[in-house]
Amino acid sequence: MSPTITTSSEANGNVSAATARAAASAAATAEATGPQPVTMAKALNTALADAMHADPSVLVFGEDVGQLGGVFRITDGLTATFGEQRCFDTPLAESGIVGMAVGMAINGMRPVIEMQFDAFAYPAFEQIVSHVAKMHNRTKGAVKLPMVIRVPYGGGIGGVEHHCDSSESYYAHTAGLKVFTPATVADGYRMLREAIDSDDPVMFMEPKKLYWSKDQVDLAELRNAHSAAASAGQSSEGRAAVARPGTDATLIAYGPSVPTALAAAEAAALEGRSLEVIDVRTLVPFDDATVSESVRKTGRAVVIAEAHGFASVSSEIVARVQERCFHHLAAPIRRVTGFDIPYPAPKLEKYYLPGVDRILDAVDDLQWEN
Amino acid sequence: MTISADHTAHPDTTGQAPAEDALSEAAKKFGITAEDYMLPARHQIEMVDPDGRLKPEGEQGTEPGHEYPLPGDEELLAAYEQLVVGRRVNDQNSALVRQGRMAVYPSSHGQEACQVAAALCLSQGDWMFPTYRDAVAVMTRGVDPVQVMTIFRGDWHGGFDPLQHKVGIQCTPLTTQLLHAVGVAHAAKLRGEDTVVLAMCGDGATSEGDFHEALNFAAVFHLPVIFFVQNNKYAISVPLAHQSVAPSLAHKAVGYGMAGERVDGNDVVALLAVLDRAVKLAREGSGPLLVEANTYRMQAHTNADDDTRYRQNSEVAEWRAKDPVNRMRTYLTDRGLLDDDGEARIREKAEAVATQLRDGLSEDVPVEPQELFRHVFEKTTPQLKEQSALLADELARDAAASQNPASQEAAK
Repeated sequence: MSPTITTSSEANGNVSAATARAAASAAATAEATGPQPVTMAKALNTALADAMHADPSVLVFGEDVGQLGGVFRITDGLTATFGEQRCFDTPLAESGIVGMAVGMAINGMRPVIEMQFDAFAYPAFEQIVSHVAKMHNRTKGAVKLPMVIRVPYGGGIGGVEHHCDSSESYYAHTAGLKVFTPATVADGYRMLREAIDSDDPVMFMEPKKLYWSKDQVDLAELRNAHSAAASAGQSSEGRAAVARPGTDATLIAYGPSVPTALAAAEAAALEGRSLEVIDVRTLVPFDDATVSESVRKTGRAVVIAEAHGFASVSSEIVARVQERCFHHLAAPIRRVTGFDIPYPAPKLEKYYLPGVDRILDAVDDLQWEN
Repeated sequence: MTISADHTAHPDTTGQAPAEDALSEAAKKFGITAEDYMLPARHQIEMVDPDGRLKPEGEQGTEPGHEYPLPGDEELLAAYEQLVVGRRVNDQNSALVRQGRMAVYPSSHGQEACQVAAALCLSQGDWMFPTYRDAVAVMTRGVDPVQVMTIFRGDWHGGFDPLQHKVGIQCTPLTTQLLHAVGVAHAAKLRGEDTVVLAMCGDGATSEGDFHEALNFAAVFHLPVIFFVQNNKYAISVPLAHQSVAPSLAHKAVGYGMAGERVDGNDVVALLAVLDRAVKLAREGSGPLLVEANTYRMQAHTNADDDTRYRQNSEVAEWRAKDPVNRMRTYLTDRGLLDDDGEARIREKAEAVATQLRDGLSEDVPVEPQELFRHVFEKTTPQLKEQSALLADELARDAAASQNPASQEAAK
């Protein structure tokens, strides 16, 4: 046995003892009632623990996810609770992590794996594009790959090179992958549970600048709501959310850009302009209905994303809205995205990232009549 | 030389042996040092020479700790039958490509001993992860020949259910499937099952990054995976010397802390002996093993390749003399295990498989355009539903137009 898994007390291949302990732990957290300040990191961590508790085939692995709990602490405590067979460190090799997860999913497991940073996931690109995305289609559904690849992504944390990429467009462009990205603490919990439940592979893009953002949420209530929805076969996959209702123009954003869009809407309200903010939530599948409904109502739209604008998710959104809402538009759809440059150094990132002022400038440019 | 690894970063708190000790255990079992256990024997293992004669025991390449008993007669006869079928399958498929019935076929002509042994060494609950050139191994494992060839027929990218046969899809991106093998073995181990997984690749593929990652993961997690490298000397046109200057590909094992062995890849007797033992060791908990089979790709990479541009006919002729099928026929006939009747029966069986392939691949298989959208996801998306409707509408209009020539005329 390898040193990594033999130090576990469940080294005999029996995972049920660890699951029983986890049940006790989950029961303890379930007692908390009423909304409390919770970070997105905590919500994601709780979602992982609850999923592992609910299903012994859910495994978590990656780099530094064991004893350390992940460099962002998203897997904190999972090894202690579930044992080294259910949450463990791998050798430092991203293609190996994804490729091994494919094999585990073929053989009955539901792996939830962590890529340490957006730009460190690229060695795994071949496994993701050639196998994760294609296996179900190639085998006419005989082989399902119920796996989640968690990717901390985006900037705004003052990270050095290779730590701030917005890589979602690579995955959204690949047929056969679903791509989720939460923007709120509650969605962090809800969407990660749904991603793990999904029989399709999900790229789970976590906005790393929002890991420490807090909302008032009731985790026990979220847990119960998830259980009820899951047993009824319901999922919020493919559904965008109206993050703020408005009437004059629609801001379409996702992941790390949603709080920025909300701040812009707040500032616009002070100037007497009512902006609706749509949180896309799942890039694939995309919720054309909710987005189009909003734009048809307001007649104006700005798409906001941190990623480079050229050939991106934001360009896709503009194209789709234009195709569906042309006769309702009072102005061309604008985009506020990252510039088409490699992600800048920390002291320069504020010039790169879509900010409130740049969004309001774009809104001002929407051919208002007065 | 002492080989050890520093595993102190993960202190052993449960009293269970780390991987390093597992190697010492293995060495103890065979009365040799850990490095002698991991390094391949000085010479490749070969039992029956190209003329079909059993080599004297002292000349089979075996050493203490690298001992290989001769496989049983029944196993050898079964292997010979599969060799003959495999050769017939290879040549039938190449003919079907020439006739335009298949787009392409990467033939394993000359490598049939490797193909057959790779399948026969496994039990029913074990898994195999083949490459695009391993169709004969997949058929030997029991998958329907026409289903195996569907991938080359052109109506879908695969034709068999991997879960039903415990055979991975035939993989084209080199060595990516080795990691899937590692994952299947890891999942089985976590559930306490004694599954062994055989992961196949070629000599050129050992240059790929996933080869390294797969061997390392298998070794670190101490998984029952046998990495079976068919060294057929060429990666399309590039000879082995341009891929690696290691003493042998089997020597790569020691770098990962696993045992390696070299075997004559045209000698099915030696192949079965080495692979049977590897499967047994892996099932007993030895961790992964690496087996390099020394063989030769007798034909071009595929029908699209021209091998006269990069190798001499004399080299090919040299290997023709080492043919795995003829060698086995001579050996079994000389031993009195095979007579004319037995040979005729086997030929008949091979011919039946060839007929099955001709019939199956000559059929014009109707394709169903809506199937394009059906399997992309387990739970489809609104976008794919729209695209599916678009295609259905196009097809409906085409059909209507072809049923009503007048409207076709009007449309002009």
